[in-house]
Amino acid sequence: MAFNYDQYLRVNKMPTLWCWGCGDGVILKSFIRAVDKLGWKKDDICLVSGIGCSGRFSSYVDFNTVHTTHGRTIAFATGIKLANPDKHVVCVAGDGDGLAIGGNHTIHGCRRNIDITMILINNFIYGLTNSQTSPTTPQGFWTVSQKAGNIDPTFDACKLAEAAGASFVGRETVNSPKKMEKLMIQAMEHKGFSFLDIQSNCHINLGRKNKMQSAMANLDWIDTITVSKKKYDTLSPEEQKNVFPTGVLKHDTEAKEYCELYEEIKKVHQGERKPITQDEFEKKI
Amino acid sequence: MSATREVISSGNELAAMAAVDAGCRFFGGYPLTPSSEVMHVISDLLPKVGGAAIQMEDEIAGVAAAIGAGMSGVRTLTATSGPGISLKAENLGLAQMCEVPLVVINVMRGGPSTGLPTRVSQGDVAQAKNPSHGDYKSITVCAGNLAECYTETVRAFNLADRFMQPVFVLLDETIGHMHAKAEIPTAQAVKEGIVPRKTFDGAPEDYLPYGVEQDQPAVLNPMFTGYRYHYTGLHHDASGFPTEEIETCRKLIDRLFQKVEKYTDEIESNEEYMIDDADILIIGYGSASLAIKEAINMLRKDGIKVGMFRPITLWPSPEKRLHELGQKFDKVLSVELNQGQYLEEIQRSMGRLDIAKLTKTNGRPFSPSDIIEKVKEL
Repeated sequence: MAFNYDQYLRVNKMPTLWCWGCGDGVILKSFIRAVDKLGWKKDDICLVSGIGCSGRFSSYVDFNTVHTTHGRTIAFATGIKLANPDKHVVCVAGDGDGLAIGGNHTIHGCRRNIDITMILINNFIYGLTNSQTSPTTPQGFWTVSQKAGNIDPTFDACKLAEAAGASFVGRETVNSPKKMEKLMIQAMEHKGFSFLDIQSNCHINLGRKNKMQSAMANLDWIDTITVSKKKYDTLSPEEQKNVFPTGVLKHDTEAKEYCELYEEIKKVHQGERKPITQDEFEKKI
Repeated sequence: MSATREVISSGNELAAMAAVDAGCRFFGGYPLTPSSEVMHVISDLLPKVGGAAIQMEDEIAGVAAAIGAGMSGVRTLTATSGPGISLKAENLGLAQMCEVPLVVINVMRGGPSTGLPTRVSQGDVAQAKNPSHGDYKSITVCAGNLAECYTETVRAFNLADRFMQPVFVLLDETIGHMHAKAEIPTAQAVKEGIVPRKTFDGAPEDYLPYGVEQDQPAVLNPMFTGYRYHYTGLHHDASGFPTEEIETCRKLIDRLFQKVEKYTDEIESNEEYMIDDADILIIGYGSASLAIKEAINMLRKDGIKVGMFRPITLWPSPEKRLHELGQKFDKVLSVELNQGQYLEEIQRSMGRLDIAKLTKTNGRPFSPSDIIEKVKEL
């Protein structure tokens, strides 16, 4: 029998406002299958989104949902998680949302290693607001704010997350929904901050002016800029410059999760234990 | 009169204690002079009672985390000073729009910009009325003495849950850092006075969080309890989902006003000091009122009959009472540690412009002699 997506969707809010052929729907479906496989109860999940096309993600899933201000998903989610440490909190943000205006919160969410999964839907452009440059827009691309070609250097969101301290980091693309689902399961199961760079198409507002007018052309382009982590590791540093590795890029099971550490803090203040020492941290408590 | 206790403490510390006694279980904030002691104290108190306090990466995240916790159903607090409010403004608007209860303590310092970080001001009174863009009705209380740092913070939490929106508690540097004896209610008395937010206990399929009468706040059940709904800063319908339907949009903003405007009696709180036989009326609030009272006592020894009206709730303003007083007194003097931010509200409420003013924006508090000198000029 075909998988029943409707049980996790707010069907009466359909159709989505996403464009025909948008990758966001593929991501939504992979995410729902992942939640189903994990066996998470709908009541126990809070999905937090920001502003942009990805911001509407929260409207469509039948969980506790929060559509926040631009860039602040991680900050809201941190409050929700720390106040409810036994619940599941997932953030969905776009590349502009999570890396530009909300970059600071992404860095510090990673650093705290709080048990939140951040799904960054990376379509390399500000789609909803009509083609302005985002932090992941490739150099040389046409954008409505840089019509002579984008001169702003692009950055690798996964490298940022790894360096900032996220204990699980991975990347997939909408070309591989099954792999994406598996990666999401791993990320959501992981205790600690998990960061996923999910590369998606925006043939309307990225592709149209950059010789990728159709969804297919845009998806093909994504294929050319991604390789599996396994293959990536065999490339020369020069070759690595032009592609992004996909798959699990970091999986640290040793790092202590923030809410668990905070439980220790509660014990200290409740007189049940002594303050946490540096030695304890070195021994990972 | 409820049971009381005597404590020796500071305004900032009392505000933090009050929050925890009032059932606050989450704090999200960022260090900002002269408010930081609120965070210092509450980060010890909250884990003791099973709550959590977190110092976030910036002011924006501080209020966002606090609102997030509030959305999940927890009583929640953030504390800062004027520059922090400027940064938090957008998310305060989200809390207004989503109707999330939250208490925001602002220990005012000299501004604008970095201003006078360690010195007193009442320069954020106008900001408290409309910190964010858009239309909504602010609720702002202002502590005029040490004990009120405690009692007004408690009241703010109950008001936030009653009206389902952020409530500002304005302290200023003088009161926040004042350290002395205060008589405050016992923690037990405060606990007994807690009125939690309303919840819906019908079937989840019948639940419409924003489907309330036109003068009522949203009914937001705690998260994770089987009532799965949606928060959005977009205009939304009774179910909480985005809409641009003309009549729904009109009614939403209208309701955000009406839910407060129709019940100002529940919010208004004033002190009237020696008004009955007075010839001159002084209006002041916050720490300025301490100097005003002292000045009144001294002036009365010289036979000059002066009284004081002190709004404790600044927004919504006590416009009816101000109007009455404006008719009763020929000579009215407004005293504030800014260039006259509340003076405009007094003029509007009294319907007259001939209000004398005494202002100060050099970071120093008023002394009684400043006020005595001004009264003698009138």
